[in-house]
Amino acid sequence: MTSDAPVIAARNVWKLFGADPKKYLRKMPSGHSYDAIQADGYIAGVKDVSIDVARGEMLVIMGLSGSGKSTLVRCFSRLHDITGGTIEVDGQDIGKLRERDLIDLRRNKMGMVFQSFGLLPHRTVLENVAFPLEMRGQDKHTRRERALEVVRLVGLEGREDYFPRELSGGQQQRVGIARSLAIEPDIWFLDEPFSALDPLIRREMQDEFLRLQAMLGKSIVFITHDFDEALRLADRIAIMKDGAVEQCDTPDRIVLNPATEYVRKFTEDIDKARVVRAGGLIRDGLAGDGTPVEATATVRDMARMLVSDTRETIPVTRDGAMIGALSRNDALSILVGTD
Amino acid sequence: MADATMAPAPASGSGEVSPQRFALILVGIGAALTVFQYLGLLPAALHRLPESMIPPFAPMLDVAFNFVKDDLGLLTFTRWLTGGLEAVLDATANLLFGKRRWPNIGPIPWTAIAGVATVIGYYLGGWRMALLAAFTFTWTALVGQWKIAMETMSVLVVAAPLAFIIGLSLGILAWKSRAFNAAIKPVLSVLQTLPFFTYLLPAVIFFKVGPTAGAVATTIYAIPPMILMTTLGLQKVSPEVVEAGKMSGCTKFQLLRNVYLPAARTEILVGVNQVIMLCLAMVVLTAFIGMPGLGAKLLAMMGSFKLGRSFEIGVTIVLLAVTLDRMSKAWVVMQPRHFERGTPWWKRHIILLTAIGVFVFFCIVAQFIDVANTIGRRQSLSMGKEIDTAIKAFLSIDVVKATTGFLRAFLNVQVLIPFRNFMLSIPTPALILFVTAFALSLAGKRQAVYAALFFSLVALSGWWDRSVITLYSVISAVALAMLIGLPLGIIAARSEKWSHRVLLACDTAQTFPSFVYLIPAIMLFGITDIAVIFSILIFAMVPLTRYTIEGLRAVPAEMTEAADMAGASRWQKLVNVQLPLALPTMAVGFNQAIMFAFFMVIIAAFIGTQDLGQELQRTLAGTDLGKNFVLGICVSLMALTFDLTILKWSSDRKRKLGLGD
Repeated sequence: MTSDAPVIAARNVWKLFGADPKKYLRKMPSGHSYDAIQADGYIAGVKDVSIDVARGEMLVIMGLSGSGKSTLVRCFSRLHDITGGTIEVDGQDIGKLRERDLIDLRRNKMGMVFQSFGLLPHRTVLENVAFPLEMRGQDKHTRRERALEVVRLVGLEGREDYFPRELSGGQQQRVGIARSLAIEPDIWFLDEPFSALDPLIRREMQDEFLRLQAMLGKSIVFITHDFDEALRLADRIAIMKDGAVEQCDTPDRIVLNPATEYVRKFTEDIDKARVVRAGGLIRDGLAGDGTPVEATATVRDMARMLVSDTRETIPVTRDGAMIGALSRNDALSILVGTD
Repeated sequence: MADATMAPAPASGSGEVSPQRFALILVGIGAALTVFQYLGLLPAALHRLPESMIPPFAPMLDVAFNFVKDDLGLLTFTRWLTGGLEAVLDATANLLFGKRRWPNIGPIPWTAIAGVATVIGYYLGGWRMALLAAFTFTWTALVGQWKIAMETMSVLVVAAPLAFIIGLSLGILAWKSRAFNAAIKPVLSVLQTLPFFTYLLPAVIFFKVGPTAGAVATTIYAIPPMILMTTLGLQKVSPEVVEAGKMSGCTKFQLLRNVYLPAARTEILVGVNQVIMLCLAMVVLTAFIGMPGLGAKLLAMMGSFKLGRSFEIGVTIVLLAVTLDRMSKAWVVMQPRHFERGTPWWKRHIILLTAIGVFVFFCIVAQFIDVANTIGRRQSLSMGKEIDTAIKAFLSIDVVKATTGFLRAFLNVQVLIPFRNFMLSIPTPALILFVTAFALSLAGKRQAVYAALFFSLVALSGWWDRSVITLYSVISAVALAMLIGLPLGIIAARSEKWSHRVLLACDTAQTFPSFVYLIPAIMLFGITDIAVIFSILIFAMVPLTRYTIEGLRAVPAEMTEAADMAGASRWQKLVNVQLPLALPTMAVGFNQAIMFAFFMVIIAAFIGTQDLGQELQRTLAGTDLGKNFVLGICVSLMALTFDLTILKWSSDRKRKLGLGD
């Protein structure tokens, strides 16, 4: 993490669909609800969203279909032109970029993975992966070298000459991932990359993805409608409904302190013990002694200790340093599911 | 209140009249007019538009044409284009049949062409396709039609790529620009209903008689579907693929070239298939403007009633059509396939190398063995005379003779002539009212306005009687085709196996150039009115049968199962469940049958009819562009009326039934 400035900074972003959205937005009274906008003949794809993506962070945007998550991510890359607000990428307002500069930005900084892969059917695996490099005008030899490297990275060695149609869904998405990585982007957008895959493969691909991320450390915006997936991967989760972000926070805080009724309903069925970590349970003014627990341990990880231990408070450490203490009772009630 | 709505006074204050009721009123007025006419009470001016009221459309158009042609210098421009086109056509003519022009190396031995076609067939569709290609080309050579077939092909190989390029570019333009698309849509639908004679005359005037005019007419004729397929394909490209392209940093041109066009490959290739088939159909018809080749030969043979030779040429045309169609369709479905790692270069290009090898081999062989080079008239295995005798013998068998004779007499005397006279007896305004009512009740106000407008224009053109005769031929032929085609479709749709077979037959029949359909008609009925009706009938039967089967097969299984469980008999199920659901699809077939009929009735003019087709054909002899256009537009307007009405009804109905489009 080289700097604290966010990679993507979105301020009051609006994306309306309809006849003349810009004019409508200018005249619209503030605080208009999604339904009120719809009654006027417009669809609020993104409704007044302000959100930052920190460098090296994995932000997961989640919501049901039609909640605007795909639209939002397409605004980040300017696949959609936004109706109102600003989006800055590395401090640059992308709404003001000229066509040429936008193309440059995409050629050098951004990669995107799509739900149904978006592979070019007439190109082989290798040609698909090399496609962004080709667009950039790199020579054939360099292109091939780099493409081979990425293909190896995603574990598709030996299939370079296959056509997309000859691959399974999971393999096709590996091609999609490889293609998005070919230009070594700083920002990586993934639009429900594993939703089209069956559950077993999905799990495998998530592990693969975590492995890649541990290696590459990109800034990531990841879209999913699957809460378990979000919890598995996210540094932070943004929950969207009707185009607006309901809550954006770390997984355990979302589970422990849902900001709205909608988020509470969403998190209701989640096994909190798997999500909440010791670090999130620290309470001010508490101190304890004895064997500490690691801040990253989930309540589930500590279950045996929590039940057999007799201490009221348990100290918490992060990277060897004491950072506070948690109440054993708090942790136990999460474990048994009574709030 | 009831009295007020019953009265056929449209001006009465009955408020909202339902379209059906209004249509009924129109029919009532029309019927009343007709009855008056029969009673001799109708003033002549209401029966037919007086000569004096007909605006001089043809001279007006002539003036306009002449202005564009001479004053704006279009003729100079097109004649300049002709030069370039002529050079290309001469080159292909030299290569394919040895016309003495640059590059003066032809003709290529027939064995070499047949060999290469076989290799291409193998590449596209395996052994079966190879066999088909080999058989077609060998047959053509052996029956001694190689030269005329190559005359036809030499135009085709120029016209088809030209139509492809122009169609593709216009298609891209129409997809990019909404305004251009809106402008081009109506032009395309008129072009697709315009009789081919109307393409021919301008081609002759602007591009000289012969292959050049033939190539131009053929090209223009084949462009519309290419435009439509290109636009369709580009619109259908998955948005994710496009976004992937954009995120890869494509510029607009890169996006079009590397993402859109390859991703629309299937539709574009379907367009190519249609271009090839339409080119073939048209290039045969260019015989009417003196283009030598298969069409001209067929025309001459049919004209002199040489049935055996006609039959042989027909077979050649059909074989060529089927081969070209199957090969281009195989190309549509062909998917790229990867080679194993380390496959040597020659193995990756084995097809290309074989093709070159075969070509060179036969070229060398032909230097030494004459038969491999060209097959002369004497050497050919043509059985024209024998087939001729056989056909004539068959036709003179008593039973056959009696049957065709009876059909001819019965249909003519009992059905067709009375019907025709009846159609002609209807006063002009009454017929317009009937057609308007038909459009109103089926489709709606808009279509009714079009119908009224279009038919009024036909009345104003001054060719009303001939138009009515054209309409009569179309209606009677389509009605007869329904009598045969619908039951055939219904029966075939009952089993999977037969549906498949009949659909395949329809598919194949649809690839035949329309001209070919005249052959059996003339064989059976000679040069008579019945032959005209018969040729339209078989041509129009194909889409009727085809869409009946497709409509019935597409009825969702749950619905027929529900009918079965409700204890419906087969007949009840058909009438109450299957037919109503299949009807919108069948209507599309019905529409196509009518369009085909309008097309065919013009060609059949060659046999000798008294309709617009015959007049059109006459204009080809001169430079009567204005008249040619007026006649062509008449046909087009009538066809468009049906097209608009029936298709609207079909899509309305589909939406109502929730069947989707």
